[in-house]
Amino acid sequence: MKLNPQQVQKVAKLANIPVSEEEVEKYSDQLSKILDYIDQLNSVDTAGVEPTFNITGLSNVLRDDEVGESLSQEEALKNTSQKKEGFFVTKGVFEEG
Amino acid sequence: MKYEPVIGLEVHVELNTKSKMFCRCFADYFSKEPNTHTCPICLGLPGALPYTNKEAITKCIQIGLALNCKIVDLSRFERKNYFYPDLPKGYQISQYRWPLCVEGWLEVEDKEGNVSKIRINRVHQEEDTGKLTHSDGQTLIDFNRSGVPLVEIVTEPDFTDPSQVKDYAKKLQQIFRYLSVSNADMEKGDMRLEANVSVRPVGQKELPNYRVELKNINSFRFMTAAIEYEIKRQIEALEKGEKLTQETRGWNEDKRETYLQRSKEEAHDYRYFPEPDLPELKMKSEEERVKEEMVELPQAKMQRFVSEYGISKQNAQVLVELKEVGYYFEKAVKLGEAQQIKPQELANYIVNQKITLASQDQVLRAVEFIAAKRVGIIEDEAVIKKIVLEVIKKNPKSVEDYKRGKLNALQALIGGVMRKTQGKVNVEKVMVVLEKKLKSGDTP
Repeated sequence: MKLNPQQVQKVAKLANIPVSEEEVEKYSDQLSKILDYIDQLNSVDTAGVEPTFNITGLSNVLRDDEVGESLSQEEALKNTSQKKEGFFVTKGVFEEG
Repeated sequence: MKYEPVIGLEVHVELNTKSKMFCRCFADYFSKEPNTHTCPICLGLPGALPYTNKEAITKCIQIGLALNCKIVDLSRFERKNYFYPDLPKGYQISQYRWPLCVEGWLEVEDKEGNVSKIRINRVHQEEDTGKLTHSDGQTLIDFNRSGVPLVEIVTEPDFTDPSQVKDYAKKLQQIFRYLSVSNADMEKGDMRLEANVSVRPVGQKELPNYRVELKNINSFRFMTAAIEYEIKRQIEALEKGEKLTQETRGWNEDKRETYLQRSKEEAHDYRYFPEPDLPELKMKSEEERVKEEMVELPQAKMQRFVSEYGISKQNAQVLVELKEVGYYFEKAVKLGEAQQIKPQELANYIVNQKITLASQDQVLRAVEFIAAKRVGIIEDEAVIKKIVLEVIKKNPKSVEDYKRGKLNALQALIGGVMRKTQGKVNVEKVMVVLEKKLKSGDTP
């Protein structure tokens, strides 16, 4: 299956990764190869096989509504490069909700 | 050509659980220091695994049952993938193909009093995002709200008038408050409305091929105004031969008009897939348990008030508007019984005086007021003291209960005084004397 440049652009946009013209070319090729590899799975006949969403076979694993310990503000912000007055900071985005 | 509106509603409500949806962080984020209620799970740190809050699921099911939904046999969480700074994992855990509750309905009234049934497509469980604040070209993020349980309620596009939407939203808010699942305060963002509005020629069966989403509108009044404006705008556009497209609009209260926020040139692509970290939910068997724990809902309470107390429907409607008022009305009815005060008298009094009956005091005052209209009220404190002491002497158990902090005990004692005097006594004075006696330990 061959991914065209538009599709690569779309995937890049969904992944929020900027790509250059050359990269689109390069990834188009690489991603197509990955898809071909995965496509081998289609050679197996799965008619009548239930899809597996979860391999534990468990259901209703629930916890009681009890409050536990949280990280301190300092700990929470420890790994961010940009912070201000206890907030994480990112470049401005428009509120789109 | 005549046009008719086609309106559907999506309502988000934040649940008031103690802990968050998938972690044990404290869920109440209102006016707290930013980023003080977070952990690896709600910050989306690598390797963290979600653990579902049972209480949130119970509350989601309660909402579903209150809206006449079916609880499904098998429900699953899915990942809704998109990038936005308020979403640390890069996906929101939500429900898409396997919501907890489906196919419900709610009756709404339009401004003329016509009743119609609005179909509920689904009631599903998800989690809230972090809170963004925009300042000086920067965006500040607080993740205290990240992962707070959120329930989404989606209707079919069954509304044909803005007044129905308002009634629906108010009824939902009332149900949330009756069930005590949320404070449902619009201004605080506990409850959020989104309306999908389009118009079609009268007689057309198919849905229009576009819809305008009205978002970020935080009051019933503004939402109604925005929908009214949108219907007018869209009809005018169609009459001019313009083509309407999918877009998101907000409400400008100063200009009293909607404005374009985002045109949807490309449809969202959320790539939903089942959340592999969370086992499936089989909650059908819990339905009966949840039902038993549920309080009487406003509609049922209203009907019961009419049949049990013989009061008018209009009065009953006012009395059930707030859960507390209904509760205290029934208490007042009980207290009034001793003095042959009819429920209808109390209902009239409460409704006419616009009493909100927020406290025990007001209940007593209402009963007293009606009783006082009859003659021979005992006002003399010395006489009241004597009666109070007699009642105290005869009810050692209530006195014991009171000392152990049971507030009902006080009421029982007051009831005793009322019976002894056939209700012809100043209740406020009785309360003062009683409390003084009980607190001073001046009891037999």
